[in-house]
Amino acid sequence: MFGLDKKDTSLLIIVAALTMLAPFLLNPFPAESAMAQFNAGYPDLMQRFVIFGIFAIGFNILFGLTGYLSFGHAAFLGVGSYSAVWMFKLLSMNVVPAILLSVVVAGVFALLIGFVSLRRSGIYFSILTLAFAQMSFNLAYSVLTPITNGETGLQLTLNDPRVLGVSSTADGSIPVTNLFGAEMRATYELALGPWNFQFNTGYYLSAILMLLSFYLAIRIFRSPFGMMLRAVKSNQTRMNYTGLNSRPYALAAFVISGMYAGLAGGLMASMDPLAGAERMQWTASGEVVLMTILGGAGTLIGPVLGAGFIKYFENIFSKINESILHKWFAFMPDGLEDTLIALVYPFIGKGWHLTLGILFMLVVIFLPGGLVEGGQRIGRLFRRKKSDEKSDKSSQSTPAE
Amino acid sequence: MGILEVKNVNKRFGGLQALGDVNLSVAENSCHAIIGPNGAGKSTLLNVLVGKLIPDTGSVMFDGQSVLGRKPYEINQMGISRVFQTPEIFGDLSVLENMMIPIFAKRDGSFRMHAIERSDQEKEVVEKAESLLEDLNMVDKRHFHSASMSRGDKRRLEIGMCLAQSPRLLLLDEPTAGMARADTNNTIDLLKQIKDERDITIAIIEHDMHVVFSLAERITVLAQGTPLVEDTPEKIKGHPKVREAYLGEAA
Repeated sequence: MFGLDKKDTSLLIIVAALTMLAPFLLNPFPAESAMAQFNAGYPDLMQRFVIFGIFAIGFNILFGLTGYLSFGHAAFLGVGSYSAVWMFKLLSMNVVPAILLSVVVAGVFALLIGFVSLRRSGIYFSILTLAFAQMSFNLAYSVLTPITNGETGLQLTLNDPRVLGVSSTADGSIPVTNLFGAEMRATYELALGPWNFQFNTGYYLSAILMLLSFYLAIRIFRSPFGMMLRAVKSNQTRMNYTGLNSRPYALAAFVISGMYAGLAGGLMASMDPLAGAERMQWTASGEVVLMTILGGAGTLIGPVLGAGFIKYFENIFSKINESILHKWFAFMPDGLEDTLIALVYPFIGKGWHLTLGILFMLVVIFLPGGLVEGGQRIGRLFRRKKSDEKSDKSSQSTPAE
Repeated sequence: MGILEVKNVNKRFGGLQALGDVNLSVAENSCHAIIGPNGAGKSTLLNVLVGKLIPDTGSVMFDGQSVLGRKPYEINQMGISRVFQTPEIFGDLSVLENMMIPIFAKRDGSFRMHAIERSDQEKEVVEKAESLLEDLNMVDKRHFHSASMSRGDKRRLEIGMCLAQSPRLLLLDEPTAGMARADTNNTIDLLKQIKDERDITIAIIEHDMHVVFSLAERITVLAQGTPLVEDTPEKIKGHPKVREAYLGEAA
């Protein structure tokens, strides 16, 4: 189906089902229960899951296929966000032109940076991209203030022209982002008994775009072009002596992944129309590297898993505070309770980075192929058990015959 | 007029004259070996032929066109394929994919954005790759991870990848270096078969005299960057100058 083979089609269908049903799947605990804080099914976080999923899918096309490790991909994310906000300021609050512009601008920007950075490979390439991204960050933060509004960040105001829309609504407030009238922030709440499910327009737009991005990534992975990108990673000498020019292949991958980042940036701005320079900082570039490696670089589903994993930790673990811990361990004797809390405390709240770091280390050491490899190992374990049972049966039946 | 004409090529690395006035003519559809002791300039000459090095003076013409100043991939697209001393293959890819890439390169040129088609649906390419693998007796290994194969198989695959492009000139850089005797003999047989079955010119740089004398129709002896003699294998064997410079006491 869709020009994919059976395995890829079922993967696509699974991902589609997961994203479409996310408001249910991410809200397994009743709203009033003690476990409710582990629910991730609120619009803000779900949007972040899929938007960073797009970012990581794109990054994986570059890093997973060609092996070029870019440390500056957040620059494209930031450029995408700025472009989108400018579109909201100048043209209209419709997200379509904003997202289109952010993809195009990020693509052009990636072409420039990629053209220069791809003259080197390995660590030098990484450093070049890092330098470009930090340059962009600093420019956005200071020199380019007329365009980026410096450290305050680019925001909408009541004085923006919005040629095709209105500068302010009838009640004198800033209009909201929409898709041909459907407001991005609109959320339908469904209360089923103690559960409370939220369906957000912005989330569904982002999710559909993520599915399209995912589909396109599968096509690229399975195409001759994708094969050439893997050849770039595997052996550039052989490639050049096979009559292939590796540079434009790597550059094309770089631009495509830059456009994915631009799409993610544009979507971020569409969900919440502001853009700040910190979106371009190197920590943001590092985050997408972590997501891709944690999930499994070079695999299709890995980056999406990695993005979801990290965003979940960032938003859920960081919210656990000391008083919640006291509630959890209240059943214990006082001394033990305090010791336990003292032990656990560094790993939660603001210390979630520590937990993430340890998990990242464990994954890289024990599952170099990321979460996907973990899944595969578990799958193989089950299959082996099954085939063992089968062979047991057959060996039992043989003597009977 | 040979298919490959090297005229008055000089290459100097600092104070070392790596190539001095090299003249070489490789006749079409022949097998021409270049031999010489260590440091004779064989590899330098090969690197000049494939565009990795640019000589200080002289000209290198392939089929009437100069190769100097062209990039390796451009020279390959002209019809020159190279086999390396240590097999250079796409180790992360399967054997079949390794075979498909040169066919794509031949069909689509040095760059093409065919990002939406499915590579396993490119029937012609897959079929051609599989039939070549059959010729190499490797068809049962087509889904192998190519890095995990033995050195002999890697060499076989690399030669096959070069053939997949139907090159006019095949350059071999010590194709049997570091190989077990059985693998060496297999490689010799494969090259003999290629020579007999195809319209192809082979230029081979080799240390192993067994390989040279089983394959070559003409031999050029290089010593200290300069061609000493060029002749048929029989004559080279008995040539006093060659004995002196290269074969020494052992001959």
